[in-house]
Amino acid sequence: MAKALIRVPPQARRGEVIEIKILISHPMESGQRRDEMGRVIPRDIINRFVCLYNGEEVFGAEFFPAIAANPFLAFFTVATASGELVFRWTDDRGTTESEAASITVV
Amino acid sequence: MPGASGFSLGGATLLTLFLALSAAGQGPAPPARIRAEDRRSGYHFQSPETQAMQDDDAANPGFLWVLEGEALWRMAAGPAGASCAGCHGDAAASMKGVAARYPAFDAAAGRVVNLEQRITRCRAERQQAPPLAYESRELLALTAYVASQSRRVPVQVAIDGPARPFFEAGRDFFSTRLGQLNLACRHCHEDHWGGQLRGDRLSQGYGNAYPIYRLEWQTLGSLQRRLRSCNIGVRAEPYPYGAQEYVNLELYLAWRAQGLPVETPGVRR
Repeated sequence: MAKALIRVPPQARRGEVIEIKILISHPMESGQRRDEMGRVIPRDIINRFVCLYNGEEVFGAEFFPAIAANPFLAFFTVATASGELVFRWTDDRGTTESEAASITVV
Repeated sequence: MPGASGFSLGGATLLTLFLALSAAGQGPAPPARIRAEDRRSGYHFQSPETQAMQDDDAANPGFLWVLEGEALWRMAAGPAGASCAGCHGDAAASMKGVAARYPAFDAAAGRVVNLEQRITRCRAERQQAPPLAYESRELLALTAYVASQSRRVPVQVAIDGPARPFFEAGRDFFSTRLGQLNLACRHCHEDHWGGQLRGDRLSQGYGNAYPIYRLEWQTLGSLQRRLRSCNIGVRAEPYPYGAQEYVNLELYLAWRAQGLPVETPGVRR
């Protein structure tokens, strides 16, 4: 399964405000549901998400229960320099996933 | 003799009726009860927020499955090491418009099959790979990938020739009352479309966006999953996945949706 759908403008002017969209593939298991044997399905949600722009954190989010599966985030940042945007998130199982996208600033 | 002439008149009327009925078996389909100009995709009945999710490929979670389907399309499977792409090449060219023609009569199977079943048969015969379970993530991904190649292509299914009896069975199913609530498909989706059913608006009941990402399911699902949910909703026992009753109904729904563009992967409430 693809880890995420990411949309970053491939090119932007220096100083331009750009919108970044990311849809993360994750079950976001709430911890409230039970399986067919009545056992609680352990909670497994993303609890921390960061976006690094050339190594600097430009956006961070803490997640809590009651966020649907496959969460979608849209946020803005200022295009400062060409380089790489790294998206990193950690879930309750301790799994950290990471994806990257590049941007050219003219 | 008044009695005798009355009898022969009745006999002639019965004969005419009989001829009319037998002609209907091979002739053109009866006119759809929802006129073409009133035909609306299920998209039309969604909230603006849900429509926006479907409109933006980066916000539409269905594309997670489409991307996985693309990877599966290129991946070799089975002892022959064959991939879908090995025979069919670029899906953007070879699969364009295919989903708009399904369900379709399959001569080898001797019955009408839907897109999932067609993919399953190809996998078994050409790749000789282990079958993918109905509603499994992989089969949904492949189906979504293949169907998404037909986006914006109008639905156009064949209902004549060998497909005819399956079409008629689907048409009859659509009007058959089921379950403790004793409702047929058409009571909601033809007589009361646009009306309110609890928090939802009743659609006209088409399959042109399937497989869909349904927010209630929090995952992608097939048209048969939706049909099973409808059956459970009227408190009827649903048929198992892949049942011919549902495939026939899918064909009838596709015929009712003629001309609506394929939207796969759609997003619904």
